[in-house]
Amino acid sequence: MTQRTDHGDFRELRLDRINRTFGSHHALRDMSLTIQVGEFVALLGPSGCGKTTALNCLAGLLPLSSGAIWLDDRRIDVLPSEKRGFGMVFQNYALFPHMSVRKNIGFGLAMRGVAKREIAERVDRAIRMVQLGQHADKLPGQLSGGQQQRVAIARAIVIEPPLVLMDEPLSNLDAKLRLEMRAEIRRIHTSVGRATVYVTHDQEEALSLADRIVVMKDGLVRQVGTPEDLYHRPANLDVARFMGFRNELAGEAEGNVIRHRDVALQGVRRDAGATRQAVAVFRPEDLEPVAAGANGIPVTVTAVEYGGREFHLTGVTAGGVELLARSRERVVVGDRLTLGVAPEQVLMFDAGGDAAPRGFAAAAE
Amino acid sequence: MTVDALPAATLPERQPVRIDRAAWLALPAVIFVLALFIFPFGYGLVLSFSPLEAAQGWLANYAKFFADPAYYGTIAKTLWLALPATLINVGASVPIAYRMRVPSGGQRFVTTLLVIPITLGTVLIADGLLTYLGPQGWVNRILLGLGLVDSPIRLVHNYTGVLLSLVVSGFPFTFLLTLSYITGIDPVLAQAARTLGAGPWRQFKEIYFPLLLPGLAVAFCLTFVQAFSVFPSAVLLGAPAGATRVISIAAYEAAFENYDFPMASAVAMIMGLVQLAITVLVLSGRRLVYRGPVGGGKG
Repeated sequence: MTQRTDHGDFRELRLDRINRTFGSHHALRDMSLTIQVGEFVALLGPSGCGKTTALNCLAGLLPLSSGAIWLDDRRIDVLPSEKRGFGMVFQNYALFPHMSVRKNIGFGLAMRGVAKREIAERVDRAIRMVQLGQHADKLPGQLSGGQQQRVAIARAIVIEPPLVLMDEPLSNLDAKLRLEMRAEIRRIHTSVGRATVYVTHDQEEALSLADRIVVMKDGLVRQVGTPEDLYHRPANLDVARFMGFRNELAGEAEGNVIRHRDVALQGVRRDAGATRQAVAVFRPEDLEPVAAGANGIPVTVTAVEYGGREFHLTGVTAGGVELLARSRERVVVGDRLTLGVAPEQVLMFDAGGDAAPRGFAAAAE
Repeated sequence: MTVDALPAATLPERQPVRIDRAAWLALPAVIFVLALFIFPFGYGLVLSFSPLEAAQGWLANYAKFFADPAYYGTIAKTLWLALPATLINVGASVPIAYRMRVPSGGQRFVTTLLVIPITLGTVLIADGLLTYLGPQGWVNRILLGLGLVDSPIRLVHNYTGVLLSLVVSGFPFTFLLTLSYITGIDPVLAQAARTLGAGPWRQFKEIYFPLLLPGLAVAFCLTFVQAFSVFPSAVLLGAPAGATRVISIAAYEAAFENYDFPMASAVAMIMGLVQLAITVLVLSGRRLVYRGPVGGGKG
């Protein structure tokens, strides 16, 4: 689909230390981020982390408490939502229930005073793009969740916005449809060729969709990076936890080795190594039964779940720390065995890793 | 989950239709409606076809009503009061309710303020308006004081007085009804319209108003029915022998001045018919507009 531009192309969208407070609650702190044209950026974080606030600030549905938003050299945070011209896909779709699919999609164009014939053409193209041909004259209430979702996306992109904002658009769909729509969203993003900001709490969704992920917690940007970066090289404990490093052992660090009681675990230091107290984190998928030896942790198995390809087991160390691991062999509750993990899969952070660098967002640009 | 579903699956095998014993709980309500609504209505209907002078035939009361301008004229007079009052109330409640659709301290304050006239009742309001709008009342004193008029203007004992009282006593009801409809509309829809370029007026015109219309039709009907049965204020604030001789006054006169209960019943029946006709007309208009859910999507 070749796009005619309403707003002119842009090079980058820049968030410059934006803040948003609700009373005494600081929902968004000094967020800075630059989004290039063509980029798919995911805002990832647990609920209450400020990601939806950031999106609403971008859309103009919430005024900033301080900071600025720039589209190239045009300052846009002072514009009301209706003048910004960003497309937005809402979590519950927010389709106009009294308008047909065609009217819904054409709404943005009608508001811009586009001629009727052109509206019809562009709406038709958008309907074909999201494959809703035979549903064009139905009301939203007559469509399934997945179809409503497509209408919502078509409605947001038909105005050819420089930026498409999506607020957890897949969270109301069932698992199978979610995978289908995920691919669809990526395809549409690529063919429209502008920028997309996508809010989600699902790390898998963010990893699979985004060119760049912004991990947020408590209103702070904790790390910005490519999916590979975040997956393999989380910058701090928060991000590591969010990226599936679910096992944690705290202990005294000496160089690349952390000592937890009788266990000595080799790993990779991911921070300054400033303190002797450190936390080692690793993924359940990287931990499996081994013959006793290097990087082994003796445990007693307390729970086993059958997971198809392998068993998911929970073990407790002598010190009472619960660890999650995988096993190809059948294990039973009560087994004593040694779990091993490769040193390069163990990340070590300073204990009290919440003291993460605040200016990280700037550094990541 | 599947275990829970089992008893339901065996349901069709149960005994054929038996009256649910819980249905007896509805009996008091049924008796209440029968005794206090259906029976009096049926009685009045039969009575209206039994004129005092039986020789004139069973339609005599209705024939008399439509032959005498003192009777049939009341329909137009009442409509002339009730329709403008309803339009004013509905028309004024929409913008105010729209402004107040977001819950806030102000919303609570105004709602409370508006509930008071409802609790006061029409007679007390009529009494208050009588002094307030009278020749020596505040309104006229202020107008005179400001030099806007040379002599007190007549605001009571005429059409204006009744219309004003219908607005004062009817507005809170209409407003609260409208407010509940408007707050039921998902505000995310307006946000979506905003991101698509709709300013405040277009958000109202394209989103809120169409979704509000079915509710407004109901509000219109309920307000109208109340206004059409106006009695106390038409007597106290109006000119019950002239411009505001509404249909309920005609029924009252027939019953309690002429002691012609069959005639009074006939007037009441005609009054009900007019109300029913307008209600049916307005509600059937709802068929032309969207009446489905007013949310933005699933769940």
